[in-house]
Amino acid sequence: MKMKMTNWFLIAAALVAAVQSITAADVTGKITLKGMPPEEKVLPLDPMCGKLHANPPKTRFYVSDGKGGLADVFIHIKSGLTGAAPSPSATPAVLDQVGCEYAPYVIGVQVNQKMNVLNSDALLHNVHPTPIVEGNKEFNRAQLPKGPPISTAWPEPEVFLRFKCDVHPWMFAYVGVVAHPYFAVSAKDGSFTIKNVPAGKYVIEALHRKTGKPVTKEVTVDANGAVADFTIELQ
Amino acid sequence: MNRTPHNPWLHCFAVVTALATLALLGVGGIVTSKGAGMAVPDWPTSYGYNMFWLPLKWWYGGAFYEHTHRLFAVFVGLLTSILAAWIWGRETAGRTRWMGWFTILVFVLMLGHRGSGNASGGAVGVPFHFNILAVLIPVFLIFSIVQYIRTRGLLRWLAMTAFFAVIFQGILGGFRVTLYKDQIGIAHATLAQLFFTLVCVFAVFLSRWWNEMEAKPVEKESRLRRWFIAATLLIFIQLVLGAAMRHQHAGLAIWDFPLAHGQLWPDTSVEAIARYNQQRAELVAFNPITAMQVRLQMLHRITALLIVITVAISAWLTLKCTGQGNALRRVAIEWIVLIALQATLGMLTVLKNKPADIATAHVVVGALSLATGVLLVVLTYRVKILSFTRSEPLLCSRDAVGAN
Repeated sequence: MKMKMTNWFLIAAALVAAVQSITAADVTGKITLKGMPPEEKVLPLDPMCGKLHANPPKTRFYVSDGKGGLADVFIHIKSGLTGAAPSPSATPAVLDQVGCEYAPYVIGVQVNQKMNVLNSDALLHNVHPTPIVEGNKEFNRAQLPKGPPISTAWPEPEVFLRFKCDVHPWMFAYVGVVAHPYFAVSAKDGSFTIKNVPAGKYVIEALHRKTGKPVTKEVTVDANGAVADFTIELQ
Repeated sequence: MNRTPHNPWLHCFAVVTALATLALLGVGGIVTSKGAGMAVPDWPTSYGYNMFWLPLKWWYGGAFYEHTHRLFAVFVGLLTSILAAWIWGRETAGRTRWMGWFTILVFVLMLGHRGSGNASGGAVGVPFHFNILAVLIPVFLIFSIVQYIRTRGLLRWLAMTAFFAVIFQGILGGFRVTLYKDQIGIAHATLAQLFFTLVCVFAVFLSRWWNEMEAKPVEKESRLRRWFIAATLLIFIQLVLGAAMRHQHAGLAIWDFPLAHGQLWPDTSVEAIARYNQQRAELVAFNPITAMQVRLQMLHRITALLIVITVAISAWLTLKCTGQGNALRRVAIEWIVLIALQATLGMLTVLKNKPADIATAHVVVGALSLATGVLLVVLTYRVKILSFTRSEPLLCSRDAVGAN
């Protein structure tokens, strides 16, 4: 009798998940920057890193397509999700070090999702994340040229958890860690897609590291998905 | 007044130690200015190697500055150990001498046994005996200071104070790396300034100039001394403020001068701070600025103004109260010149967006200003300091040893 009950529960849960996946859809949108950002500065590369670039790279504070689109904005569902979050993706997120720069500049991961930090340079780097939320532990490890990846995972949500390299102190990357898989980072034209969001009503938040103030929007996701455009304003 | 037997070699060695310490302060300043303090993630090893055998191929970028700082620190530590052993040996004999030397040797060997790792870039952790040192050294340091006071200024206890201070300083530097604590960095920077002042005092106490200087009358000496003490304390507070600003790794919280964010007193509201962070283009200073940091820089500016005023008054009073040929006159003039230079460097640090060379020069001249202030205070106490040792000479002969 007990066995039968358990089976029924499992079937019910599978059905709910199936229905959810059928009704899940994408949330798309565009981030627009309003205002004139300060000019980007040339990175103070040392000679060894300078050799890796034909043109000296600049800071990536306000990366834009020149038409108002703003890159590197972290967009995620802030509230409205019900039930337990799906397990983190088995595919690790990847953060690389190329040409003495972290790439990409901003990435998103789910809590406890594996994250691999690579070193594609023929130079020594040190991987030094500096979390500020309790439970996420700071570490600082040297990574040999083209050395094996350094794997990590973050147990607590923290948006814009900073990675740096102290051998090349201009190198930074920022990680948005959230409790669920419904997040995205905007592309150069400001576009983004949060995939497979279950139907429902949500508050979506967009954060840009430099502008500081988060922007939120309420959306209703149905079988056709939803659109959420944001405007981030410079003060 | 007692005259101390002068040993030119010992004095020369103390001067070399002071100069090396000043250079080390500069290297430390560059490490912080370049944002390279954590470039070598392990300590006392470097990238898993024994730090003395780190291959040259890893000496680049931030690692070059940080590793050079570590090796230079070892050099200064060694000089201080020799200086302490030398002075201890001159002032003591028999069992006391051997006990002092044994103590120095044990600590040097403990530090020298730094371990080595897997040489693959991995940290191997802090050896257990370094944790023991971290507990023992402050106890020995306090004991030496108490002994110096208790024995009414015996130089050998000042030498031991310097020896334990330099070890403590090294441990603070190492633990700042392994424990990821900026607060330890502030303590490390502050102790560096105090240690430099201490070795400068040594160089003075061991000089012929100090021991053979004619006592010249000074009008209103106690009043003058109070001004020197006040200005020196202000400089010390200013150096702590500066260390706190530098070790928050937030760059310039205010980047205009003489105004501050366009105002006499900057707006520190949440909106204003968000606006400052939006507009600033930090290259290596990674932390966003906060209202506290803006206020801290304003406090630094106000203290700078107070220092300029108190040092100017001190120098003017010195010229008024002392006659030609008085040592105080020359040192007081040097002091006001240093302070003027320091104020200029401070302004340039802001106006040029904190370049590493100017910011480092600001740290070095700050250290010289503190040491000069202490020297002036010590000079006003010279008669008293020398009379301390009347019953037991400062660098006593061998028949007067064994008291401690």
